[in-house]
Amino acid sequence: MGRWLLRRLAAAALIVWLVATATFFAAALAPGDITLRLADTRVSPSIREQWRRTFDLDQPLLTRYLRWMAGAARGDLSTSWTTYRPVATMIAEALPNTVLLAGAGLLLELLGGVAIALHQARRPFGTGDRILTFATLLAFAMPTFWVALLLVEVFAFRLPLFPPSHMRSPAGEMAVGWQRMADLAYHSVLPVLAIGITGVGAIARYLRGSLLDERAQGYVLAARGRGCSPRRALRVHALPNALLPLITILGLSLPFLVSGSLVIEVVFSWPGMGQLVYSAALARDLPTLLGGTVVVAVAVVAGNLLADLAYALADPRIRLGDAA
Amino acid sequence: MSWRSLPAHLRHGLAVLGVLTTVCVVGPWVAGDPTTIVEPAQASLLPPGSTRWVVEHRDGSRTAAQEVQRQEGGWLLTGRGEPRLIAAGEVVALRRTTFWLGTDTLGRDVLARLLWGGRVSLAVGLTALAVAMLLGTSVGLLAGWRGGLVDGVLMRLADALLAFPSLFLLLLVAAIFRPSLTALVLMLGGLSWMGVARLVRGQVLSLKEREFILAARGIGASPLRIALVHLLPNTLTPLSQDAALRLGDLILAEASLSFLGFGVALPLPSWGGMVAEAGEVLGTAWWLILLPGLAVATVVIGAALLADGLAELARLDPA
Repeated sequence: MGRWLLRRLAAAALIVWLVATATFFAAALAPGDITLRLADTRVSPSIREQWRRTFDLDQPLLTRYLRWMAGAARGDLSTSWTTYRPVATMIAEALPNTVLLAGAGLLLELLGGVAIALHQARRPFGTGDRILTFATLLAFAMPTFWVALLLVEVFAFRLPLFPPSHMRSPAGEMAVGWQRMADLAYHSVLPVLAIGITGVGAIARYLRGSLLDERAQGYVLAARGRGCSPRRALRVHALPNALLPLITILGLSLPFLVSGSLVIEVVFSWPGMGQLVYSAALARDLPTLLGGTVVVAVAVVAGNLLADLAYALADPRIRLGDAA
Repeated sequence: MSWRSLPAHLRHGLAVLGVLTTVCVVGPWVAGDPTTIVEPAQASLLPPGSTRWVVEHRDGSRTAAQEVQRQEGGWLLTGRGEPRLIAAGEVVALRRTTFWLGTDTLGRDVLARLLWGGRVSLAVGLTALAVAMLLGTSVGLLAGWRGGLVDGVLMRLADALLAFPSLFLLLLVAAIFRPSLTALVLMLGGLSWMGVARLVRGQVLSLKEREFILAARGIGASPLRIALVHLLPNTLTPLSQDAALRLGDLILAEASLSFLGFGVALPLPSWGGMVAEAGEVLGTAWWLILLPGLAVATVVIGAALLADGLAELARLDPA
């Protein structure tokens, strides 16, 4: 177990380094000037030269790479080309907002998915099941950004119940304690709903299938034979086993918690990682893009590792270290 | 096998995709130019079913009016704002046009844009799917057949790419390389081969030691021949289901990218881009936002039904 963990951690570090390096060189070697600003011919050559120096772009590629790596190893992800602020600080500010939003969304889609699938599995192929099957298919098929905009159109403009964007109102920004939290909750209703609606389809569709499979298994039939009610057999006996593969899905959604539902953050002007990466992509702010990539890469390997660990905890048939 | 005897999901999926494809391929010829701008001051944000006179000027620009009257020295146009008199020599053509699905902020015909956007979205999705299939099948065959280090490296790469949130990855690549339409297709396909590769590799591993492959090797068939003639046909069933689902994913990915402004570039219409434009005037024109998103959802539903149907077909007829 200890050796297994050590090997996995080493592999994880290697992957993060590879991703960072690949992104760095892909960006540096991409055709054309990487910054919009340096490509702007309306600016005089001398000023562009000065920018080049400010961004270290006058240095050879290898020097730039080594400098960046040395900084990154110390937790310094260099300085943004657009805001001139440390990228690490910008990420530290954005990350909690994203984890909050994506976490709440994930929770909603999970609870919703379990509730819908349980309801469907009780009377499979009945009218209710058919309607829900179509509804979850629709939820799965709708583009996230479209659902988000429809919610804003209906619940912010036609019926002005919720704010159309942003994380806090100016008053909420100043408030403290309960009022501050209430303001945040009020602003997060629509974005969380948008994530929940589009995510619930996939989970419910998946879980319905595995619940129906488990229901036909011997241990569930045995439980029914002992006089256990159908409801209890489904919830207490079949559900835990049907949920098991979801651990992997949850572990794999850790990167989603970090990169956020990118389009949702963009639609709602939510100051999180998705928004940060999106505006960096628009402005071709390379240090910020790189920093975002590194953080997402860390989340990817951490999510995989955690999913394996959690799986081994939840399922005693799995022993770590044998396979890898 | 007759149409009736096919699984219901398969029939529904094929019908949805077939109708939509036909409409998007044929429609644009009927619907006219999606980039034509009709004077925004007169013709912007007209609700579905609105009818206007469209006046084509000598310089190619177009104005619109509710009523047109012949007057001495020209045409009197009445509509929003003050009536205007346009010299007769200025006017090249005068047409009464119905905008069945309304117009957008620039006075462009939404129906034409929707049909053209569908053509673009479907073409991008299908070609990207072809790229992903070609790449994934090659990698899967190679990894499964050769095994060892080649297999290890290729599959770790696939796992790593699969673990990343796909939209994040697409945005990153799009931001760095600023893709043209062709590059967009290559990028979409190039970032979704991993699932195909894993599938094909799995099939190859399970077939590799079977007697008919050993026999083919025994009589001296080349690896390429074994791959194409013996292995590939046996992967077609799972591959076709995967392709159907993947088409839906690719259409969604293209729409998201276009929505974010990194996909199909303006003025070419795309469904995702149309939703983005509608987002600018939220709360004023429901027809702008409702239809393109619904179109994307319909394609994805059709693809999902097709995949379900193909799985059912494989169960019924395991030959």
